[in-house]
Amino acid sequence: MPVSRDLGPMAAPKPAFWTRSRIRSVLVQFGFVVLLVLLIQFLLANTMQNLARQGIASGFGFLENRAGFDIAIAFLDFDRNGTYLDAFWTAIVNTLVLATLGIALATLLGFMIGLARVSPNWLISRLAAVYIETFRNIPLLLQLFFWYFAILRPLPGPRQSFDVAGTVFLSNRGLYMPKPLLDSGAQLALLALVVGLIFALFMARSARRHRAATGNSVAVAHWWLIGLVGLPVLTWFATGASVEMSIPSLQGFNFRGGMVILPEMLAALLGLSIYIAAAVGEIVRSGIQGIDHGQTEAAQAMGHTRGQIMRYVVIPQAMRIIIPPLTTQYQSLAKNTSLASAIAFPEIISIIAGTTLTQTGQAMETIALAMLFYLTVSLFIAAVMNFFNWRVMRRSF
Amino acid sequence: MKIYPILTTAAALAVAAGGAVSAQTLEEVRERGHLNCGVSPGVTGFSNPDDEGNWSGFDVEVCRAVAAAVLEDADAVRYTPLSNTERFTALQSGEIDMLSRTTTRTLNRDTALGLNFAPVMFYDGQGFMVRQDMGVSSVLELDGATVCTSAGSTTELNLADYFEANGMSYEPVRFDRADEVLAAYDAGRCDVYTSDRSGLAARRLVMTNPAEHVMLPETISKEPLAPAVRHGDDQWFDIVTWTVYALIEAEEYGVTQGNVDEMANSENPNIARMLGAEGSPVGEWIGLDNKWVHRAIAAVGNYGEIFERHVGPNTPLEIERGMNALHTNGGLQYAMPFK
Repeated sequence: MPVSRDLGPMAAPKPAFWTRSRIRSVLVQFGFVVLLVLLIQFLLANTMQNLARQGIASGFGFLENRAGFDIAIAFLDFDRNGTYLDAFWTAIVNTLVLATLGIALATLLGFMIGLARVSPNWLISRLAAVYIETFRNIPLLLQLFFWYFAILRPLPGPRQSFDVAGTVFLSNRGLYMPKPLLDSGAQLALLALVVGLIFALFMARSARRHRAATGNSVAVAHWWLIGLVGLPVLTWFATGASVEMSIPSLQGFNFRGGMVILPEMLAALLGLSIYIAAAVGEIVRSGIQGIDHGQTEAAQAMGHTRGQIMRYVVIPQAMRIIIPPLTTQYQSLAKNTSLASAIAFPEIISIIAGTTLTQTGQAMETIALAMLFYLTVSLFIAAVMNFFNWRVMRRSF
Repeated sequence: MKIYPILTTAAALAVAAGGAVSAQTLEEVRERGHLNCGVSPGVTGFSNPDDEGNWSGFDVEVCRAVAAAVLEDADAVRYTPLSNTERFTALQSGEIDMLSRTTTRTLNRDTALGLNFAPVMFYDGQGFMVRQDMGVSSVLELDGATVCTSAGSTTELNLADYFEANGMSYEPVRFDRADEVLAAYDAGRCDVYTSDRSGLAARRLVMTNPAEHVMLPETISKEPLAPAVRHGDDQWFDIVTWTVYALIEAEEYGVTQGNVDEMANSENPNIARMLGAEGSPVGEWIGLDNKWVHRAIAAVGNYGEIFERHVGPNTPLEIERGMNALHTNGGLQYAMPFK
């Protein structure tokens, strides 16, 4: 039977070019982008027109004006004579400090809870489960109020504050502690300590590598001694450094001098990290349980202890499962710092979308700044976590 | 095809964006059948919902008076409780028709925020409350104190300015909502609670032990609290403005909720004209019917009655008329003539 390879007459007539799938999808997408741009342009123009018609001020010129209000917690120097832009920076730093400390604490606590959750000890694993179910299922705002008033109510006023040796004071005004005032020599010595630590870490790492490559161990104790003690002490005496302590003392209504952790800061930090730690705990548990049991059995067969199995076999593999959902939790912690404005922690919402908004009345601009900030922070967290994820994935097992 | 939802969304957004704020507030209110009024989310005496969700208070009466004038029904009001930071945006965007919410009239709000303020309903000033056992008798003794306040009010700026001018320092603790300011002050977080004096009087009532707290004598600012509307609708601005004047004028002429029907036939031509007697042009001028003032007063009473009912000396707030007395009694309340 002759087999015709000529499919010519059978082939469908060549379709019109706009119905070809690739061209069509390009056309549709192009059309969509044009529509989107037009829509955004229309929204902006319409908004500007309405603002102008009602005589409402717009633009970011207000950022140069004098703010005229004070901020209790400021990691940057800020006072009422600063501009709204200075207030914005102060709010950014406050928010970032809270988010960073919160993430660190939530991670630490979350890993402990996660490990406890998979513990063979019935009591420990139950307690971890109770922790997770309690804190995960109560709205964060309520938890923040709970911590805030749980901290405030039992504490006495500043005149009846608890004190430790007349130097550390705890009252409902906050925890006041002595603050070391470093002169230039002491600052140099501190710097030397950091340099020494990095140096010692570097030496320890190269020693580990040497041992991994050759099997011969190299002594590193003396490097640690030089890095952590020798260098800083030498700098200290070479510069004749001295440290004075600023000790808080009660003057008038409140303590002056020293440094302080305000109740708002403490409550915000506790509330955020305890809440997110519950979610982190579940992520860690699922990561650990997601590792095939065969891995553990194989490691057991090789005579590893339980701790070793966790540390060298399970956790490194579990990290692949843990990191992606962890990113989401970190982002949500960073965004949830906005709730801390309810308990008077001066962050972006309180300073920018609160005080600045009402004082200047420029709702669009201030809300846009706040949105830009949260977007930047979230994308930054995603970028950092993606980098870690990439490093974990790169390791092959 | 996936494109349809996108197009629909785009179209919906375009429609939403097209809904520009109209200059025809009166028409809108009439078509809608109710007035949208922005109030405080719960300040005793000024605007407070009861357990059935019925709002009452000094600020609420202004909304009711306008609704009575415009819609012939003082109850045709939908109240929107607004925080400090929400209030102006809600008005600018057209979510509410008017704002009657212990809001201070300032240059910035009158100009850059695109608002028009009706006559002042309540002349207030910023005061300070402290615990009695602190033994403080003046604001000038408060150097270094911790001060609780709510974010996004004129209070914050006055506070900073006053302490700056007197070379004193303070530590601000700033909350989003007035409820939390109160709770934190009550829990001992702050030495001082600062707000408008009327607000302090209202909030002292809900503290654990009101008798423990005293108001310091100084008033550090002028806080003329007035209803507001948005720029761009002069007729609506006139209606709200003259409704407030009508309440004040009624007190001056002795027109009350009880006698307004008799007074409508008064021999005094001023009163008869205001209340819309035969041949009176008050309705025609403002674009309503002749009986609009009559209805407003029948619904809420005159200014003095409203004051006595909600904030006066015989209420828990115990606020004296003071600056809010009529000009004939040495106060500042002075209505423009209904001519």
